[in-house]
Amino acid sequence: MSNFLKASIGRKLLVGLSGLFLFSFILVHLTVNLFLLAGQESYNIATHFMTTNPVIQTIEPILAIGFILHIGISVWLTFWNQRARPEKFLKVDQSKSSTWPSRNMFVLGGLIFIFLVIHISNFWYKINFTEIGYIEHGGEMVKDAYTMVATSFSNWWYVVIYVAGAVFLGFHLNHGFQSAFQTIGVSNEIWRKRWTVLGNFLSVLIAAGFSIIALYFLLKTL
Amino acid sequence: MNLTLKIWRQKNAKAKGSFVTYKLEGASQEMSFLEMLDYLNTTLIKKGEDPVAFEHDCREGICGTCSLYINGRAHGQDSMSATCELRMSRYKDGDTIVIEPWRAKAFPVIKDLIVDRLAFEKILEAGGFISANAGAAPEANSIPVPREHADKAFDAASCIGCGACVSACKNASAQLFIASKVSQLALLPQGRAEAKSRARNMIAKADELGFGSCTNTGACEVECPKGISLAHIARLNREFLKATL
Repeated sequence: MSNFLKASIGRKLLVGLSGLFLFSFILVHLTVNLFLLAGQESYNIATHFMTTNPVIQTIEPILAIGFILHIGISVWLTFWNQRARPEKFLKVDQSKSSTWPSRNMFVLGGLIFIFLVIHISNFWYKINFTEIGYIEHGGEMVKDAYTMVATSFSNWWYVVIYVAGAVFLGFHLNHGFQSAFQTIGVSNEIWRKRWTVLGNFLSVLIAAGFSIIALYFLLKTL
Repeated sequence: MNLTLKIWRQKNAKAKGSFVTYKLEGASQEMSFLEMLDYLNTTLIKKGEDPVAFEHDCREGICGTCSLYINGRAHGQDSMSATCELRMSRYKDGDTIVIEPWRAKAFPVIKDLIVDRLAFEKILEAGGFISANAGAAPEANSIPVPREHADKAFDAASCIGCGACVSACKNASAQLFIASKVSQLALLPQGRAEAKSRARNMIAKADELGFGSCTNTGACEVECPKGISLAHIARLNREFLKATL
C-alpha cells in the first residue's frame, strides 16, 4: 500500500477514482436539478428529501473528502509534471496529437473550482445555514428553495456564470471520463473508444442540462 | 529549395544553448530530412564552422536512434514515422523549420540536438527482463501462446525506445515506453511470473529519474513511430494495481 501511494501511478489512480465518484455526484445533482423544470412543489420536495435523508447526509462528508483528494492530488501531480520538463520547447504543436481539454485539465479544474466556491456560497450555504422562506406542500412545511433559485436566475450575469461553469465542467468531463477508466486500467483498444463516445455524450448532456435550467428561469422572467 | 532553419545549438552538456538561424540554399525535395541536415553540415564544414550534432543510424525507421522535435512535433509532422523516414517533399520552398532536441529533465542535452537517453536503459534495468535463464530457443509448440496474446506482445515489442513518447507528452512522461516493455513480457507465459514486480519497479525508477506522470492525452500514441497503443498503458496500470494493492 505504501508503494501504491508513493508512485505517480498510484496517486494518479486516486485522482481517477475520486473523479469517477465526483462524476456520480454530478449525475445525482443534475437529476435533482431537473425537478426545477417540473415546478415549485416537485423541486421543493426533492430538496427537502436531499437535505433530510440520512443516507445523503452520510455521503456529504465523503463527498467533501472526494473533492479534497481530487483537487489536492491533481495540483500536486501538475507541479510534479511541470518539473519533468524544466527547459520548454520553443515551438509546440499538440493540436494534431491530443484534444484541447486533455491538455488543459488543470486550467479547467481551476475554473470549475472558482465556480464551485461561488456556487456553494450561493445555494448550498444558503439552503443549509440561512433562513429562507418556508412553504407548505402536502401538509408539510418545507424550505422554498425553488423561489430562491428562480430569483437568483432572474439575474442575467448569474446565468452567465452558471452556464460558463457548466461548459467548463463539460470540457473537463469530456477528457476526464475516459481518462479515469484508462487510469484505473479498465480499458483496451475497444473499450477506450466506448468510454470516449460515452464521455462525449455525458459531458454534453451535463453541460447542456445545467445550462438549460439556468436559461429556463432567465427566459421566464422576460 | 531554400529554407530557414532554426536549430538548437549547445556546445556540451554544461554549456548554455541557444537557437541559431541558418539560411540553407539549394536543398532538394528529393532529400530525406536527415540528408538535408547532412547537406547543411557540409556547408557549415566548408565555412569552417562546427557542424550540427544529431543522432542517426539505420535511417530506415527500425533502430530508434534518430530523434528531433521538428516544428513542434516529435519526429516531424508525419504519423507512424521516425525522423529518418521524413522526406523533404513534405516541405515547400521558403519554409521555416524549427529543430529542437527532445526536452525532458531525464533526457539532458549532450550536444546540439543529441540528448542522453540512458534513462530508458535504467528503467529497463529496473525490471524490463525475465530473471530466469531462458536457455536456447525451445521447441515451437512446447509453450502454447494464444495468437491474440502473441500479436499484442509483438505490437508492444515493436517499441524502438526512441523517446518520442516522452517528447510528445506535455508531462514528459515515459508511460508509453514503460507500458510497451511491461506488456511485451506480461502477455507471454515466460514474463508473466514477474509481471507485478516489473510494473512496480519500472514505475518507481521512472519517478526517481524525473519523468512526469501520465494524464492520458494520447499524444504519445499519435507521435510514436511504431503506433504503440494506449491500451498498453491501461495494462500497465492494471499490473501496477495488482502489484501494490
